[in-house]
Amino acid sequence: MLKNTPKVKLRGLFKIFGTDDKSVLPHVQNGMSKEELLEKHKHVLGLQSIDVDMQAGEITVVMGLSGSGKSTLIRHLNRLIEPTAGEIVVDGEDVTQLSQADLRTLRQEKMSMVFQKFALLPHRTVQQNAAMSLDVRGMDKETQDTEARKWLERVGLGGYEDHYPSQLSGGMQQRVGIARALTANTDIMLMDEAFSALDPLIRTDMQDLLLELQLELKKTIIFITHDLDEALKLADHLVILKDGAVVQQGEPQGILLNPADPYIEDFVSDINRARVLRIRSITNPLKSKKFAGDVEADDNLESLIALSEGDTALTYRVMSDGEPIGELNMRDLVKALVPRISSTQAA
Amino acid sequence: MATYDWGFNALGLREWCDAGTSEAPMSMADLLAQTGNAVEEPFYAIPFPSLDALNEACGQITQTRDVVKSLEEGFLAIRPALRTILDPITQPLSWMLDGTLYLFTQAPWFLIMAMLLLVTWYATRSVSVMLFNAFCLSFFAFVDHFEPAMETLAVILVCTVISAIFGIPIGIAMSKSNRLQRMVIPVLDLLQTLPTFVYLIPLIFLFPIGESRLYGIAITLYAIVPIIRLTDLGIRLVDQDVIEAGNAFGMNARQKLSKVELPLALPNIMAGLNQTIMMSLAMVVIASMVTAPGLGVLVLRGIRNLELGVGLMAGICIVLLAVMLDRTSKAALSRIDRAKSKTS
Repeated sequence: MLKNTPKVKLRGLFKIFGTDDKSVLPHVQNGMSKEELLEKHKHVLGLQSIDVDMQAGEITVVMGLSGSGKSTLIRHLNRLIEPTAGEIVVDGEDVTQLSQADLRTLRQEKMSMVFQKFALLPHRTVQQNAAMSLDVRGMDKETQDTEARKWLERVGLGGYEDHYPSQLSGGMQQRVGIARALTANTDIMLMDEAFSALDPLIRTDMQDLLLELQLELKKTIIFITHDLDEALKLADHLVILKDGAVVQQGEPQGILLNPADPYIEDFVSDINRARVLRIRSITNPLKSKKFAGDVEADDNLESLIALSEGDTALTYRVMSDGEPIGELNMRDLVKALVPRISSTQAA
Repeated sequence: MATYDWGFNALGLREWCDAGTSEAPMSMADLLAQTGNAVEEPFYAIPFPSLDALNEACGQITQTRDVVKSLEEGFLAIRPALRTILDPITQPLSWMLDGTLYLFTQAPWFLIMAMLLLVTWYATRSVSVMLFNAFCLSFFAFVDHFEPAMETLAVILVCTVISAIFGIPIGIAMSKSNRLQRMVIPVLDLLQTLPTFVYLIPLIFLFPIGESRLYGIAITLYAIVPIIRLTDLGIRLVDQDVIEAGNAFGMNARQKLSKVELPLALPNIMAGLNQTIMMSLAMVVIASMVTAPGLGVLVLRGIRNLELGVGLMAGICIVLLAVMLDRTSKAALSRIDRAKSKTS
């Protein structure tokens, strides 16, 4: 999986909020807890010992509850927040070492950002907002207009160029936010709870839009969310944060089937596993000779249940790119639907 | 025998006190005391140990009149130095005021009216405000107060422009630095709370009476406060999310100021400008005591000579002028609000 060097690499990243963060760092490195640090030294622990690799062309989703440090983490990538210790390597270059001028260049040319509260300029039209990044770089008006128009069209806002943000609905405003990030034409896109402020139906639309754009553009996307369904839908690589530390990271299906600790089990116990789990994740090696039919490895379990009409006696052959890769018995499928809860097993 | 003799005696300072008894002229109280009719004073007549009372007991203590005198002398001593610095700096203010006054009083009335109404239209795009302004201007002319009204307006105009030129950058600098804000706010409080007559006093000494910058400075000092405050406040209130977006897209400080902070703070800055205009008007009336021309002079004449009618007519004109300026600047502000801050 790690065949090429990651686009963004975080190593030993610590963030402590407070006036004297460097001097309390050793305490945290020696394992002092968040509560103890707050009580004894009046400093707030933001992030501790973060090691994450983000691969080019993938969507890395960072998930956690509020206060888990996920928004802090994403703001470290373009240094909107300065780290206390650690390395942030983007394209082999340590961001923490950059001068202010180089940092601005990095923000202009390598990373763009989409915000939870949209953060559009209220006094500029939709088109001027979309062209903001090019305007900052000092590009000529004509390029700004054509680029902004192109991306607004692409996110489905053709015809709204001359409106003001306040005249649009929340979902449309966030489309402007996405168009603004795309117009910047950067390899990396940071999305900070980009869809959290939207209502569920619009949110699904926006997720589909993002996946569709990603299929074509292959950007390196770092997506922050507190919503597990959203995380599982979008993630190529899922990072789960708790109290500023990574509790588990990896391929989302793997996390779902093998949660590393009770915190994550709690998280995953509420979701619709049949819709999220893919057949590929629970495929067994080929043994049988007779199959009820062929199924695609990337389909979800829900579709297979519908296909089998609830008959648990059947076994299907799993195909990927036209080649058989294994088989799946419906009984195994039903077992996979039962969340593994270590706490109740122990009881 | 003075009230506080015992204090100096107790401290053993009697000799030192008497050694320097001055030959200064006696005060009225001393003379009265010498007439001999020393009446037994009741205990509650005991004076506060002020400089004068202590001086009675001990000649070495200075009297209040000497302190007042040395204040004056000190001020007169630094006056030449202050004037060397302030004269060239403030000279342009005199030119601006004189030039604008000349323009407003010498140009034909119909030209000025047309120009003012045009400016009103450009700033407000409101027919009702324009009609009101046309009515007011005609009223001034109808009762033969057009020239003083225009003088007042000219002074307000210049002082408002000066206030904006200095006030907005100061406000911006304050919003960027908490330290500067902590330093400037007491000065602003002082300027706003000082009775307006009080800062006329040093100004009279600093600048020759009759030069227009004398009242120009007095008005500007008073009127500059709200625009500084509201520029500072406006920029500090700009949505932090939008500023973060500016940062995330790599804006430098200058771009953030011109593309994000100032446009979003504009409604507040305009509200400050409105207040500045209104305070200039209030001060231009008072500054007529130090030769500011215009309607204030007529009010002053009304007070001095008890010419009730003159004062009242000028007062009515001032009220109309105030409403005119307020309506116009508020309409301009709401137009900007509508066009610029279409926030969700």
